[in-house]
Amino acid sequence: MSGKEGSGGFRKRKHDNFPHGQRREEKENVNPSSALMTSFKSFQLELDTRHDKYERLVKLSRDITIESKRTIFLLHRFTSAPNGEEILNESEVKLDAVRRKIKQVAQELIGEDMYQFHRAISPGLQEYVEAVSFQYFIKTRSLISVEEINKQLIFTVEDTEETTNTTSHSHDKQPHTWSLKVTPVDYLLGVADLTGELMRLCISSVGNGDIDTPFELSQFLCQIYDGFTFIGNTGPYEVSKKLYTLKQSLAKVENACYTLKVRGSEIPKHMLADVFSTKTEMIDQEEGLS
Amino acid sequence: MSVSDMFIALQGVLTADQDIREEIRKVVQALEQTAREILTLLQGVHQGSGFQDIPKKCQKAREHFGTVRTQLESLKTKFPTDQYYRFHEHWRFVLQRLVFLAAFVVYLESEMLVTREVVAEILGIEADRERGFHLDIEDYLSGVLTLASELARLAVNSVTAGDYSRPLRISTFINELDSGFRLLNLKNDSLRKRYDGLKYDVKKIEEVVYDLSIRGLNKEATAAEGGEK
Repeated sequence: MSGKEGSGGFRKRKHDNFPHGQRREEKENVNPSSALMTSFKSFQLELDTRHDKYERLVKLSRDITIESKRTIFLLHRFTSAPNGEEILNESEVKLDAVRRKIKQVAQELIGEDMYQFHRAISPGLQEYVEAVSFQYFIKTRSLISVEEINKQLIFTVEDTEETTNTTSHSHDKQPHTWSLKVTPVDYLLGVADLTGELMRLCISSVGNGDIDTPFELSQFLCQIYDGFTFIGNTGPYEVSKKLYTLKQSLAKVENACYTLKVRGSEIPKHMLADVFSTKTEMIDQEEGLS
Repeated sequence: MSVSDMFIALQGVLTADQDIREEIRKVVQALEQTAREILTLLQGVHQGSGFQDIPKKCQKAREHFGTVRTQLESLKTKFPTDQYYRFHEHWRFVLQRLVFLAAFVVYLESEMLVTREVVAEILGIEADRERGFHLDIEDYLSGVLTLASELARLAVNSVTAGDYSRPLRISTFINELDSGFRLLNLKNDSLRKRYDGLKYDVKKIEEVVYDLSIRGLNKEATAAEGGEK
């Protein structure tokens, strides 16, 4: 009889009208200190610890995403503003803040297998790659390498004093520096997102009457597109998915350059500025439609 | 470094990655084959005559686990140790299956739940993440849940074979397992889904015990057992 009643949750509901004493008796069937129960208690602890860590990482990843997005918006103002230096400095400050968050992520992952929690942090890292590479492009007109990004994500203990209380015994094994590595796939996905930003930059710089940047961007995007086609489907599924959007961005930039070239040659050089202020509206409309 | 150089380097990384995955898949296929063989062997206990030579079947199954150990040993060499979770998906399923098989063998032998350490030992891997190729806790728990449904089936079949005492013992065991799982705070993932199935196994076994007890068959069984002792 005792076995039949068991302690399954669904049974309990069914037998709610059972006398209390009887039910208590059944429950005591399972010895709370048996070997099985003790081991399950330790499993509870292990699973809870793991889930908590995952949730903390998800939260950090969200913060990283938001801050990176803000940095990108800030950088878009760069072309239209005369005070470029200031904006670049400000973006550097913002990215430093993002890096502090990433440092927390790296701290969480000390002594862990990064790939176990990769899904939690991947979106944030991609957004960070996008922001950092965008800033790097504006500064140097070239593509930041994955090694360059990872170089900035090496942290040392001296940076802050909070490390002393958050790191426990594992700290002893990893004495002074630790790092977070952006995986090649995260890097690729981030770069693919970057092309979308570059397309926007191109269109807005046309709007500002800047005639050199669109051609530069077109060339740069072309190189990136070539790179992605070279990788093709050796990469994971997400990469090939981005390839389509990348192609669209490239087409928009190429069309903008085309228009610029055709219309630009019809007009005498000294009148260019006037023409672009009217012509860009047309392009913007075109882009809006496509 | 030019853009195209960067992409060439990345492509190299991705190709190397794919090669590793290919190698892992090959070993995992072999593992799945062995797991199927062990399962076929153990399925024998569900037939009437199988109840007599359970020890023999367990013995044979344990021999097969030797093959599993060598196969897992070769799997370990296919990828860097610190990237276990990067390729976890590839062997997750088969590892859960193997945990179930090991747990089933141990249950048939001793009617106890196999501990995580013992499973790791049977499979020739580590229980702790720090020490190399290990058994993930969620995989272990999934394997144990598979054991529960297998035991529900075993309870039914042992009645058919005239063994009336086994369902009672299975019932106690499953109940303890159920209380154990109730201690866990599971997230809404595949393990939770599997756990949700446990109550049906509990119910099934309880029904078997009920059928036996209203017919007085369980008393007979306990009496007979007591007499044997």
